[in-house]
Amino acid sequence: MPITLDLAWTFFKMGLFTFGGGYAMLPLLQREVVDNKGWATEEQLLDYYAIGQSTPGIIAVNTASFVGYFQAGIIGAIAATLGLVLPSIIIILLVASILRQYMDLAVLQHAFAGVRVAVSALVTASVYRLGKAGIVDSFSLVWTIITFVCIAFLNISPLWIVLASFVLGNIIQSVRTKAS
Amino acid sequence: MITYLLLMFEFAKTGLFAVGGGLATLPFLREMAMNYPWFTMSDLLDMIAISESTPGPIGVNMATFAGFNAAGALGGIIATLSLVFPSIIVVVIIASFMDRFHKSLIIQRGFYLLRAATAGLIAGAIFEVVLLSLFDVSAYTATKELVTLVRWPALLMFIVLGYLIRRFPKVHPIAFIVGSAALGILLKL
Repeated sequence: MPITLDLAWTFFKMGLFTFGGGYAMLPLLQREVVDNKGWATEEQLLDYYAIGQSTPGIIAVNTASFVGYFQAGIIGAIAATLGLVLPSIIIILLVASILRQYMDLAVLQHAFAGVRVAVSALVTASVYRLGKAGIVDSFSLVWTIITFVCIAFLNISPLWIVLASFVLGNIIQSVRTKAS
Repeated sequence: MITYLLLMFEFAKTGLFAVGGGLATLPFLREMAMNYPWFTMSDLLDMIAISESTPGPIGVNMATFAGFNAAGALGGIIATLSLVFPSIIVVVIIASFMDRFHKSLIIQRGFYLLRAATAGLIAGAIFEVVLLSLFDVSAYTATKELVTLVRWPALLMFIVLGYLIRRFPKVHPIAFIVGSAALGILLKL
């Protein structure tokens, strides 16, 4: 099998068999990419993950692009990424069009009312975890609150907040380094 | 046609500026819900639920779903491809100086506040929909009785779920979602 097809097929399976993405995908990636295919070492894979987190975009997509790129250049990156997202596209389009037809059913309405509460609790739990990891001192606490207010009440575009966080983080940390 | 172009633009923007994984796309999706007639805020919660309960990365699933709601199957495909396109470009650029990127001071310093912002951004994006799922403002304005403001079964579920999620972090979110769907039907939420 040509390497581009192999990449696409391998990541297609990854997209098909992981629920949740991100870290949920790591065990499968280790088995397929490191053990079976030998496309990366364990350390390289963890590096891709770490960098995938600190670059824009979905972590799983970034990791797929990295693995693909180092195997077959830009075409490899595209093949791995398309393979990864293809199951999502097919499954979500199917589910969404079926739901659209039956959403008026009372049973589904009640089910989704329950589901919304679960999602509220799940995302709140994620925010709590992210906050615990991200809030390391009083200034980062203040910044978390500011960004919350900007989105929830002032409707400022998240784009500006991401850029401002990056720039301000650099300014503050370099001032601190100079001061100490 | 114009919707496809707008989808392309909005999701490329999301792919380029959402840092920190799937849920980081939420503030961008909320912005779309406010600016376009594609989907509502409460659709967002359903989209998260289905994206968590179906295979594939959550961020990718949500993009397909949002695109489908905006402009049908082709919209779903366009939204997803536009979301991942910037990733491929960024990765190809970074791959050539990966070690330096990882250790670079600018990136490390930038992430000092980006990490803090991730929590604030996601919290801000879901704040309103969470309130809407737990409180019923329209019932309150109709009756003027404070007790009708709270959706009591939902609030109770929220508290119990919050405890269970913290207590059993290894349990997959799907279990909580499916369980709550069943409860929703039983309690006629």
